[in-house]
Amino acid sequence: MKILVCISNVPDTTTKISFIDNNTKFNSTGVQFIINPSDEIALARAIELTEGNGGTVTVINVGDVSTEPTIRKALAIGATDAIRVNALPRDGYFVATQIAAVAKDQNYDLIIAGRESIDYNGGQVPSMIAELLGIPSVAIAKKLTIDGTTATIEREIEGGKEVIAVSMPLVIGASEGMAEPKIPNMRGIMSARTKPLNVVEAIAVDALQEVINFDSPKPRGQVKLVAPDNAEQLIELLHTEAKVF
Amino acid sequence: MSVLVYVENTGGQFKKATFELLSYGKVIADKLNTTLAAVSIGNVSDETLASLGKYGVSKVLNVSDNRANEFNSQAYASAICQAATAENATVVLVSNSFAGRGLAPRVAVKLKAAFADGAVELPEISDKFIVKKGAYSGKAFAHLELKSAIKVISLNANSYKVVETGGTAEVAAFAPTFAEHDFKSVVKETIRASDKISLPDAELVVSGGRGLKGPENWGMVEELATLLGAATACSKPVSDADWRPHSEHVGQTGIAISPNLYIAIGISGAIQHLAGVSSSKCIVVINKDPEAPFFKAADYGIVGDAFEVVPKLIAAVKALKASNN
Ligand SMILES: Cc1cc2nc3c(=O)[nH]c(=O)nc-3n(C[C@H](O)[C@H](O)[C@H](O)COP(=O)(O)OP(=O)(O)OC[C@H]3O[C@@H](n4cnc5c(N)ncnc54)[C@H](O)[C@@H]3O)c2cc1C
Ligand SMILES: Nc1ncnc2c1ncn2[C@@H]1O[C@H](COP(=O)(O)O)[C@@H](O)[C@H]1O
Repeated sequence: MKILVCISNVPDTTTKISFIDNNTKFNSTGVQFIINPSDEIALARAIELTEGNGGTVTVINVGDVSTEPTIRKALAIGATDAIRVNALPRDGYFVATQIAAVAKDQNYDLIIAGRESIDYNGGQVPSMIAELLGIPSVAIAKKLTIDGTTATIEREIEGGKEVIAVSMPLVIGASEGMAEPKIPNMRGIMSARTKPLNVVEAIAVDALQEVINFDSPKPRGQVKLVAPDNAEQLIELLHTEAKVF
Repeated sequence: MSVLVYVENTGGQFKKATFELLSYGKVIADKLNTTLAAVSIGNVSDETLASLGKYGVSKVLNVSDNRANEFNSQAYASAICQAATAENATVVLVSNSFAGRGLAPRVAVKLKAAFADGAVELPEISDKFIVKKGAYSGKAFAHLELKSAIKVISLNANSYKVVETGGTAEVAAFAPTFAEHDFKSVVKETIRASDKISLPDAELVVSGGRGLKGPENWGMVEELATLLGAATACSKPVSDADWRPHSEHVGQTGIAISPNLYIAIGISGAIQHLAGVSSSKCIVVINKDPEAPFFKAADYGIVGDAFEVVPKLIAAVKALKASNN
């Protein structure tokens, strides 16, 4: 089986967020970048699926040279090889178009992305890749098993779940529950240095949208504390002051 | 020209998120001096479809094709795009639901449209068209300018109020052309807890964390939620330990919600948890540790033992309900 895993290079979850250039750009100074958490799950499941059954796991990232440590980490975790599309990821459509262009003639059986990246939080890329390639997609998949050319997937729905069978090739957005993220071991780290990391140039994509600026949520006021002996008063406040019920 | 809304049904019925989306669409349509149209896919009665006129829809395109009774992102996206073309839509709106998340990006690609996912308020429309959406896991908002002729927006639940303008909609059968390859998935099984309020679009949410010690202690959480008409949620360690189902897990790796009220009981308020709940309008924290980080992100709080506090809250809600009757 031939699997492509899309990995995004994102600021560590606990990063304090700030912006520069009139709040138009993310301030990456001093920020630790990591593999996007749901992409780690995607990668882990891809490796599990090829282990014992043969096959390859290629990771792809759209990013400039600064993302290479993240790509090497994916190789250390167990990917076979890697592709970096050399461009700054402008938006979901841009990224998806680059990945679809690379995947087009490669006959991947499966393309696994993360459910969403924790920077843009769009959850756009997997469904867009699928649309560009004209193949099925499952945007938020919690379980994935393969039998021949059919993928059985558990997907989330409001208040429950749905099990679907989809014929391959397809694209999925991996979510919590599909696999446990893997930690690279020493051998993985050593071998990652020599695994192929191919750099390809980006293709031109129309800019349909643009971030005008970022802003921060309004800070909440000081918390209003109610004494535990007086817990009833909280319900009163929620009813008459906050008016939430 | 028109603004087209995809109205998502569950078992032939529409939910609040759809009414929010239509109300949102109506304002945009008015701003653009155009009409609001809707497209529905699956088995929904004509009467139910016509009643969407209440929210300002003038026309509903009804796709009832046996092959499309069950959700399938490829076929549905194709139908929505054909409806958009038929109605000359310049704005296409979809709920940011689980289905919507699979659909909207496909629709945007097909229509070569700019796409704003998870809008949190009305767009600013002048010579530019700007949509505000969350970014960096609730730590920021991005203002996105959509520059293409057609624009696709998905709207977060609880981000716009339902407004009834009155009226009935014209219902027209619509038969999109599907391709063989649109149907590559088959639903094997659907499991849905029908008696519960669905968490993603709940207005009120009561949530529990590891501070509740074990699944046997969720009775009071359930009781408070039922009394308030709230959905229940939990922190990640709680669902990891199988105290609660995974569908209740909120946060960075779970689902993100923005209810009007979020009551967090015995949850410390880790940054990954906050990522999923910080856009709630009102946050209440009950924690025995005054230093719990969640208090910094809360509007109201009680520093106390949940096992003493929650029963008091239950009694107070009962008393309030009794006095209102
Ligand atoms: C990559 C990553 C992703 C993650 N994603 C998520 C996510 O999506 N969602 C999520 O929730 N977490 C997530 N986490 C985990 C997160 O970091 C925290 O570990 C988790 O949220 C803690 O859960 P908790 O608050 O229930 O438990 P704890 O941190 O153990 O807190 C329990 C709290 O209960 C209080 N308490 C104890 N007894 C009582 C009592 N009798 N009455 C009142 N209060 C009491 C304690 O003071 C404490 O504050 C993630 C972590 C990582 C690394
Ligand atoms: N720059 C990128 N390079 C490769 N894959 C990406 C990139 N950005 C996003 N993805 C993939 O698409 C998924 C969804 O991202 P997003 O649509 O940005 O929320 C991520 O979890 C990744 O798997």
